[in-house]
Amino acid sequence: MTERIEQLRAEAHDAILAAQSGEALEELRVRYLGRKAELPQILRGVRELAPEQRGPVGKAANVARQQLEALIDERTAQLDAERLQRSLRDDRLDVTLPGAPPQPVGRLHVLTATWRELEDIFVGLGFTVLEGPEVETVHYNFDALNHDPTHPARARTDTFYVRDRAAREHPGGGEQDGKLVLGQPHELVLRTHTSPVQVRAMEAHPPPLYVVIPGRVYRPDNDATHTPQFHQVEGLAVDEDITLADLKGTLLAFARAVFGEQRDVRLRPHFFPFTEPSVEVDVSCFHCSGKGFLADGARCYLCKGEGWLEILGAGEVDPNVYSLVPPTEDNAPGYDPERVQGFAWGMGIERIAMLKHGIPDLRLCYENDVRFLEQFG
Amino acid sequence: MRVPLAWLREYCDPALDVRAIEERLTMTGTKVEAIHHHGVRAPERFRVGRVISCERHPDAERLSVCQVDLGEERPEGPATIVCGAPNVAAGQTVAVACPGAIMPDGTEIRRAKLRGIASEGMILAEQELGIGAGRDGILVLDELLQAGQLGDRTALPEPGTPLAEVLPLGGEVIELEITSNRPDCLGVYGVARELHAATGAPLAPVPWEPDPGSAGALPDGLTEITVECPDLCPRFTARVFENITLAQSPPWLKARLSAAGQRPINNVVDITNYVMLLTGQPLHAFDLDRVAGGRLVVRRAREGEHVQTLDGQTRTLDTQMVLIEDAEGPTSIAGLMGGARSEVQDGTTRVLMEVATWNGPSIHRASWALGLRSEASARFEKGLPPEQCDHAQALATRLMIELCGARVVEGTIDAGPWAAQGGASAPPRIHLREARVQAILGVSIPRERQREILDALDFQTDDADDGLDVAVPPLRRADVTREADLIEEVARIDGVEKLPATLPRRRPAGRLSQTQRLRRRAVDALVGRGLYETVGWTFTSPTTLERLRLGPQDPLRAEALELENPLSEEHALLRTTLLGSLLDSAAHNAARGRADLALFEVGTVFAAGGHAAGARSGTSKNDPAARAREGLGQTTAHKRGARDTGVHEHRALGVLLSGRLAPVTWRTPDPPHADLYAVKGVLEALAEALRTEVSCRALADAHPFLHPGRAAEVFVGEQPLGWLGELHPLVQGWELTGAAVAEIDLDALVAAADGGAETHRYREFTEFPVALRDLAVSVADSVPSDEVVKVIRAAIGSLLADVQVFDVYTGEQAGPGNKSIAMHLRLQAPDRTLTDHEVQGLIDRALRSLLAELGGAYRA
Repeated sequence: MTERIEQLRAEAHDAILAAQSGEALEELRVRYLGRKAELPQILRGVRELAPEQRGPVGKAANVARQQLEALIDERTAQLDAERLQRSLRDDRLDVTLPGAPPQPVGRLHVLTATWRELEDIFVGLGFTVLEGPEVETVHYNFDALNHDPTHPARARTDTFYVRDRAAREHPGGGEQDGKLVLGQPHELVLRTHTSPVQVRAMEAHPPPLYVVIPGRVYRPDNDATHTPQFHQVEGLAVDEDITLADLKGTLLAFARAVFGEQRDVRLRPHFFPFTEPSVEVDVSCFHCSGKGFLADGARCYLCKGEGWLEILGAGEVDPNVYSLVPPTEDNAPGYDPERVQGFAWGMGIERIAMLKHGIPDLRLCYENDVRFLEQFG
Repeated sequence: MRVPLAWLREYCDPALDVRAIEERLTMTGTKVEAIHHHGVRAPERFRVGRVISCERHPDAERLSVCQVDLGEERPEGPATIVCGAPNVAAGQTVAVACPGAIMPDGTEIRRAKLRGIASEGMILAEQELGIGAGRDGILVLDELLQAGQLGDRTALPEPGTPLAEVLPLGGEVIELEITSNRPDCLGVYGVARELHAATGAPLAPVPWEPDPGSAGALPDGLTEITVECPDLCPRFTARVFENITLAQSPPWLKARLSAAGQRPINNVVDITNYVMLLTGQPLHAFDLDRVAGGRLVVRRAREGEHVQTLDGQTRTLDTQMVLIEDAEGPTSIAGLMGGARSEVQDGTTRVLMEVATWNGPSIHRASWALGLRSEASARFEKGLPPEQCDHAQALATRLMIELCGARVVEGTIDAGPWAAQGGASAPPRIHLREARVQAILGVSIPRERQREILDALDFQTDDADDGLDVAVPPLRRADVTREADLIEEVARIDGVEKLPATLPRRRPAGRLSQTQRLRRRAVDALVGRGLYETVGWTFTSPTTLERLRLGPQDPLRAEALELENPLSEEHALLRTTLLGSLLDSAAHNAARGRADLALFEVGTVFAAGGHAAGARSGTSKNDPAARAREGLGQTTAHKRGARDTGVHEHRALGVLLSGRLAPVTWRTPDPPHADLYAVKGVLEALAEALRTEVSCRALADAHPFLHPGRAAEVFVGEQPLGWLGELHPLVQGWELTGAAVAEIDLDALVAAADGGAETHRYREFTEFPVALRDLAVSVADSVPSDEVVKVIRAAIGSLLADVQVFDVYTGEQAGPGNKSIAMHLRLQAPDRTLTDHEVQGLIDRALRSLLAELGGAYRA
């Protein structure tokens, strides 16, 4: 009898595994496990067997029935999953169509992107970011920055003057105590640099002072390399012991952050009214690695064979600038040039952006052609 | 400043090539901008030749066929050279370019047939050698020898002699950038002194000593000079030269002037230019016999006075400009340009040589105002030391004698306040502390090296306890006045390129302020929404404001600040709104086929008096110092340095949407177009990024550039922030087909968002379920939807978690003059589950309020 049970189980097992549909499985269930099927009948007839046979036969038949039931369930689930998979596979999309709805991506203007990059570098070097007004007084734009009253930069040819409705006019400068003066202290100008904010910061805050000042500035020039408005980032570090070597280190760190870790900087003596000593700072050319020529031997077009690119003007703050800071309320010097010293620099954001991105014409920055805007930021 | 290298080497000749000299000058503060080559190249191909015979070309009337003896250069016999110059003749000794010679313009001389005859070179004219234009036709060495203009030569050079032994040929010219504090380097000798200090190579003695002239009064009655404006003319010196032979200058002088960029004229004028180029001091030569009355007066011009200058133009002067006049009136504008009447010209035999010092700023202003820029004005405007007059007079005197055969009249006129006050005074002395040099530079420079540098630069140094006691030479008096200036001299010559790179020892932690971070977040939110940032001009024009339909009384026009000196009418005003530049950007792109645009700009807008533009937002930030303090936190009380500008400025943010809001895609064939709601959505997203909220109120006629039915004033809380809407169809000139625009005061929005709370605290959220109810109410058309929302919020209170308008219907069923507004309401309590009964009570309460306050009726 147990042989027969095993025979039935094996037969049914193979048939279930071979079944390809739910209907076929249902048919097999009826054939092997249904009321009239042989296996259930064996089970029902167990009590009529000899006592010593009841145990083994009953157990074998029960096990076989349970196994087959489980197998049918398993096979049913398997077939269901296969069918679902087949139907999902048929429900397919063209994955190469564009995503929808489109998620537009905007862009920062290259000047803003560069502005932020410079800010972030100097913030990382310990500086705080300050901004200030774009319409300034001659006092803040020139006088407080050690520009002689007759300095040519103050002339109407070099600085935009704003008509001050409240004050009387001084067309073309005037005379004061018999001396020619270009711009009276209270006259209004469009700031020609962000340096006035240095003075405002020193008036508002005692040393030490570590600030960077980005902003828009104005000069009456208009050609391929000059626009009447442009942007600067100036910096000022004033403490007890800030040296020209510290300026070099700070600007070296900046140059490497912007132009690459291999860069070097060199200081070249120059002249500015508000720094002494004054220097211009060059960064080694990142296009030819400072060699002045390219791999094919051609002269580097970017640095014109010099190996260096001029990027900014800087220097130790002129002692006169400190002396021009008004005293504190208890009449102590605001900034005492014998006790504090420091450096200042000023760089053009456009210049950095143009160098870095190879922008050939400054005026592109102000045209706002979408074909330009989409390339940066 | 163009300095011929050979000329520079005459005074200081380091054993360095031009590149090394460039490097030394550049790295010590005299930047070499460029190195040019002046004149010919391949000098060995230029030879002396003798014309043996000269016959007319058989086929060309103007050409001659010459047989030219070139000596050793051509041992096989004379060369045949075709020459077009009318003055060529047999027997002349001439300059010849042989095949292989390279002319100043870069062309190489080759054997070539000219009208059928092979020519084996070229007989040269002066200008072809880069010596200068003056003589017509070819250069004839016989004539130069006769005029004593072949240097020390007493006989003609043999044929075949290299031409370089006879005449100056090509050479390097370095172009220098001279900073405004160094007018002493606007002379070759000053540059030589720099080179001397930078390289240690010896410096030749000053070229203006000894002086063949003398001081003291001129003979009575010869001439007289009166300075009537001593403040503008510190010194006016003059000497008189007689028996002048006016002629061309010798080739060496012409060659130098040409190389330096000056055109040779005649020997007297050339001397004035040569002396200026060497000493940095400009001079002017008058024909004394043409100075009416033989006397000159230096005076201020009268307001509006007209003067005719040498170039034939009539100039209008003012009282800050200086004239030199003789008995017949003005002859020249001081420091800028001489007059035709007393110009040195053919027949001149007596010269009055003027060497003066003018007030620098006055010259600068006059030269710009009159559009007269010259080598002389570029020097005078820097303010030259009066001592320099002596140098120029002495050197010019020697050259007048040598080159013009002149006799110098005893004495020198020395008018003006400088001489009257006793002339040269003791040089100022400055104390230079050795320790201070190191403190400023961060590197030690030994005292002996400091002394060496300063001595080389013509300072005089004496030992002091802790450093050096330094006397400043006259030519550096204006620039070097303090210890810091001496430290710069030492640093630049010792080499700032040698400094180590260190970082400030005590630098603090840097950070952006909360305001700065919020401002970045605002901009990033717009970029994240797909907008492109633009950067427009601060400048605008009256025309632009008119095209925006702004009337004369509109604050955006009336309060616009004007520039006194704009570059053009287009740039005459400071903008009061960003709209103009946004429209400019949009129009630029639309004209190039990109009409679907989403742009924004952040920039400063300005208003006089502080009640226009942003003033409308009521957030006048009239304290620029506050902006400067913004990042620094706590400040101490300092006295204010000067009054503030009184100008209103704030950072505005403008948005412009035009055309389609999204691209056409396979799934969205007809995306919506920009309208009021689209631009409002942008502002809402911006506000939400800053965790604040903006609201709108209808604004019919306040902004003439907006569609009156589609315009709104924007608020944050109760504070006006700006406006938004669709462009008025009559705004013309930008060729745009409709645009939705907005402008807000970004400073005000950020201030409102900041609210002083840097940190947002965690808020408990509830697990109790939300009750959702839809509600539709009918209200009059004129009732704004946010009024309805406000009433519902007020009625339900804190249990109303959210309310969203999801439909607005104005059809028949709403009834005439009415609209139906449908909303989703979310109700929730933090501490319990709301019962249906409670929820219904709240809804009923809201409906009662709507009826009472807005006359709203419940629908469905």
